[in-house]
Amino acid sequence: MQGLSIRGLTRTFPGQGSAGPTLALQPTDLDVAPGEFVSILGPSGCGKSTLLRIVAGLDRPTGGSVTLSGRQVTRPGPDRGMVFQSYTLFPWLTVEQNILFGLRERRVPQARAREIAAAYIARTGLRGFEHHWPRQLSGGMQQRTALARALANDPEILLLDEPFGALDHQTRELMQELLLEVWGADTPAARKTVLFVTHDIDEAVFLASRVLVMSARPGRVKAEVPVPLPYPRDWMVKTTPEFAALKAKLMGEIREEVRKAALA
Amino acid sequence: MLLRSGFIILLQRGALEPLKPVTATTRILLGAGFFALFLGLWAMATEGGYVQPLFLASPGRALAAGWSLLTEYGFLGDMGMTVWRVLGGFLLAAALAVPLGLMMGAYKGIEAFFEPFISFARYLPASAFIPLLILWAGVGEAQKLAVIFLGSVFQIVIMVTVIAGTTRMDLVEAAYTLGARRSGILRRVIIPAAAPQVMEALRLVLGWAWTYVIVAELIGAQSGIGHMIMDSQRLLDTGQMIFGIVVIGLIGLVTDLLFKLLNRRLFRWVAL
Repeated sequence: MQGLSIRGLTRTFPGQGSAGPTLALQPTDLDVAPGEFVSILGPSGCGKSTLLRIVAGLDRPTGGSVTLSGRQVTRPGPDRGMVFQSYTLFPWLTVEQNILFGLRERRVPQARAREIAAAYIARTGLRGFEHHWPRQLSGGMQQRTALARALANDPEILLLDEPFGALDHQTRELMQELLLEVWGADTPAARKTVLFVTHDIDEAVFLASRVLVMSARPGRVKAEVPVPLPYPRDWMVKTTPEFAALKAKLMGEIREEVRKAALA
Repeated sequence: MLLRSGFIILLQRGALEPLKPVTATTRILLGAGFFALFLGLWAMATEGGYVQPLFLASPGRALAAGWSLLTEYGFLGDMGMTVWRVLGGFLLAAALAVPLGLMMGAYKGIEAFFEPFISFARYLPASAFIPLLILWAGVGEAQKLAVIFLGSVFQIVIMVTVIAGTTRMDLVEAAYTLGARRSGILRRVIIPAAAPQVMEALRLVLGWAWTYVIVAELIGAQSGIGHMIMDSQRLLDTGQMIFGIVVIGLIGLVTDLLFKLLNRRLFRWVAL
């Protein structure tokens, strides 16, 4: 069984003080085929990040299971590359050393590792910045490096947790295009599986071939909207009537949840 | 008059705006200014006859006493001894305390095992151990090193534990998703992330070690700056005593500066 398979996944956070336990994730099933680009859209606190963290192995589910190509997920591993919303480059390493981090951890021979790093530096437009420290880079450049660092490990699936959430609007749109470019550079059969968590409807539609809408807490997948727009996509897609129609549909779905989340 | 004009100059240079940085020149001038003011007041009190020389020597006399100490009494040897004791005891303490602190910060089980004892031991005054240490180790170098070691080791452990324990969790998680295992997290995330602050902590504790060494040298020592100060007391030579104290301050200042330079060199990424 190839791809990602999630069965009956639940997560309850134990209560703190007098507050009772919080159900963050209701039993959730999800299948993602290899090479699919799936966006998970939901209001803040709906459990979408929890879902992603469980797939990454950074959080343990209360019940249910996650399997990736038949292997049960129990802990983090390099087969699931992740980019976080917060800037998580190692500040004591240069851009190139950051990208080499996972390769060194996996004992890839140095010459080969540098070749791989150079390839992703080129693909993510970081040439000329190899020897910069993260603090010398803008937020957008840092997230490019984080993306290159995750991709250098050649993961089976890419987990992106609002990676552009902290960027300004213009940079964010450029980064979305860059991500599609990097992802689409492989032949359709060789493309990475991507799980992209966001609360931005435009972003979700623009990137994904399928958008999952999550309900307000306790989270569950309440709707699934396929995005039949063909790849490669560029920013012009956002001006088409098809895009507007998808956006309107998702807006309807999500407004209700945001209202519920605000009242909760 | 002088104070008034000084105040006006400060206002004109914009040095008294809240939180506003001053230029490098102003800063150096002001810093040197206080030294000059201090020396001036000292000279006025002593040369003006307000304080008896028996209690406080004048700056000139302290300097003259220092000159004779250096040229006639081999004070450089004393300085060398004291520096070696501080560094010896401090390095021994750091060699044990830094790895232990890193382990305690990284692994909560190890922390739970050692932390209560070390928190307790931290409050045992090193100087109170001197009589006991003399009993155990005599009045030789081992005893001096032991005082400094005891005074520094627990402080370093606690500080390093806190530093390593507050490593950014998101960096640790990022390392996990990149394939790092337990040993890799310690070696390639916790240690490099903690290193600059650990060096800062060491710089701080080295300053404290300087106070322990003098105490150790006041009792049962045949050499060292503290020993010289003790000898001068018997001769009521306040000039020598003051010179000794000033020398300690100067050596401290220089080591501090060297430490800062080293840290800046080692951790260029911190200052970016």
